[in-house]
Amino acid sequence: MTSAGGDGGIASPSRGRGLGSLAGFASSRRFLRAALPGISLALVIAGIAWLNPRAISYFGINLMLNLSIPVALATIAQMFVITVNDLDLSIGNFVSFVACVGATWLRDNPPLGIAVLAAAVGIYALIGAVIHLRNVPSIVVTLGMLFVWQGAAILVLPKPGGKSPVWMHDLMNLRTPYIPFPIVAAIVIATIVHFGLMQTSYGAILRGSGGNPVAISRAGWSLLKTKILMFALAGLFGVFSGLALIGLTTSADANIGKGYTLLSIAGVILGGGEFVGGRVSPIGAVIGALTLTLAGTLLNFMRISPDWQVGAEGAILIIVLAARALINVRSER
Amino acid sequence: MYRSPRCSTFHDFRDLSEAFFTYHLSPFTSSSNVTSSNLLRSLRTSPWIWSYLGALLVWLAAIVFTHGYGAGGMLTAGLALAVFSVITGVAQMFVITLGPGNIDLSLPANIGLASAVAMKVMGGADAMTAAGIFAALFSGIAIGFGNYLLIWLLRIPPIIATLSGSFIIQSIGISYGRGLQIKPPPGFADFTTVQMLGIPVLTIGTVIFTIGVGIVLHRTIYGRSVLAIGQNPRAAWLAGMKVERIRCLTYVLSGALGGICGALLAGYFRGSSLEIGDEYLLASIALVVIGGTSVAGGKANVAGLWGAGLFLVLLLTMLNTFGVSAGIRYVVTGLVIIGVIVAAGGDKQVR
Repeated sequence: MTSAGGDGGIASPSRGRGLGSLAGFASSRRFLRAALPGISLALVIAGIAWLNPRAISYFGINLMLNLSIPVALATIAQMFVITVNDLDLSIGNFVSFVACVGATWLRDNPPLGIAVLAAAVGIYALIGAVIHLRNVPSIVVTLGMLFVWQGAAILVLPKPGGKSPVWMHDLMNLRTPYIPFPIVAAIVIATIVHFGLMQTSYGAILRGSGGNPVAISRAGWSLLKTKILMFALAGLFGVFSGLALIGLTTSADANIGKGYTLLSIAGVILGGGEFVGGRVSPIGAVIGALTLTLAGTLLNFMRISPDWQVGAEGAILIIVLAARALINVRSER
Repeated sequence: MYRSPRCSTFHDFRDLSEAFFTYHLSPFTSSSNVTSSNLLRSLRTSPWIWSYLGALLVWLAAIVFTHGYGAGGMLTAGLALAVFSVITGVAQMFVITLGPGNIDLSLPANIGLASAVAMKVMGGADAMTAAGIFAALFSGIAIGFGNYLLIWLLRIPPIIATLSGSFIIQSIGISYGRGLQIKPPPGFADFTTVQMLGIPVLTIGTVIFTIGVGIVLHRTIYGRSVLAIGQNPRAAWLAGMKVERIRCLTYVLSGALGGICGALLAGYFRGSSLEIGDEYLLASIALVVIGGTSVAGGKANVAGLWGAGLFLVLLLTMLNTFGVSAGIRYVVTGLVIIGVIVAAGGDKQVR
């Protein structure tokens, strides 16, 4: 259960048996599944390169992938929550709230801004504790939080405006040599989270608390602690996402991150994450976020009306899930 | 163990997530040291009464604030607006009762598209009203069936299936409803607002409808199958129930109700819009939770939907009369929902 691939969690006994007797198929299936996010990204990039070869340049990539940084960070936040079998429906509004705080208090009064953002991460941790202690479905709790964050964002910034802190703007517009900044950022994010969650021993405990909570708790680990930690990490990456977003847009509004909830869930699933069982992949999640961001560009190049942008995201999700289902069927035979 | 031939991932999901939901999440029964007076006992056994008490309380608070001014008007408006959340609540209730993991996230997109379809087919002509409603209904049924196909074919959890489905529905809605500014036929628009003794006719109709829903849920094979599947899908399957057929029917029913709700909303608000259904995702889930239906499935409560619907609508009315800003209104709504679910959560994890 500590394997680095996406299959970290403990599947139901029936499936486990099927895998054991078909080890050869299982490993090819695992390989195919792990390769799926990369293949989807490659297909989207190939499509862009074919339609508009000039887009594949330093500046082109910078432009196309800029917005993928906040999306990738939000996706990682969602991935932490999904790892412990929960779902965060409020992440988009949380990102908006962070953006509003970042564009007002954090710029005008940094200590206050930092305190508010730290408190917000604390609230995330508290939500994790409440969900565990009261044993309530995360969907309902985070749906309530969606309203709380939205209200808080409106209270902080009633009208669109504000200005991002200078350092955040500078960071997001960094010109790295040879490799565009968004790619560097994506690699850094994916590597750090991959190391922390997939390579350390406590990371295995964290994933295990989603895969087999009973075993983890019998082994003496606190499920409350893992839940709190995962939600706090989700809050932390939500903060990063909101700040990265205003670094790019320079100003904020209370609805700026609205689409992020759906994008982040889609990103995790596209990246090979399973919905339950602690089977997630940080590298896949970042690749999923990049794929979703680039899909919009590809549609533009294909001269498909922006009306279908959201629909295309849904279609990509369905196609990838269909491919995954197909791989599973073949390996079950 | 029960494994439907096509749905392995889905049931793995169930097996795992069942560990995370208590089987019978009975709201408000957690505090064991409650003295067993009659009132308290009935409150414990019928938790949905709380939602009516809550509705009464926020209504009284609003009246006290206005010194009795507009008390009837608030109630009438509350009864009218609650209709839409109750209809979506019924849809969500059936789906959630199917068991953990079952949820319909495509309701808002469904309502938005159906409102556009209804307005376009009606084209502002009273004669086309029935055709428009049927078109909206059909659009909803198609969406529900599509949702089920995704769940069944791709073996994915309903949350992901209805989510990715709603992406596509949204796009269809945007493209179909672009620049659509058709007013509803005058007769249809009047129908959605006409009152009888201060009670909106639509409300009376919906109350009758929900009574019918109660009968379907508790007295028909379909309803009892939904409850049985929610309690234990394997036992239901072993008992010879056609689990997949019931599940399909339920998602189709949810879609159909979303479609009807879209048509009615377009009539009530004098026109369609894609965002018209946005608030009904939270509303539908909140109604189910506050109304005493078990989030873990297998236990539904129709009466509680009305109490919860009135409570939420009157809560907003109360906050409006207090003159609080939109931000505060959102925060309070969110906290109330969290408060109710946390209070209802109760028991320690059952293993």
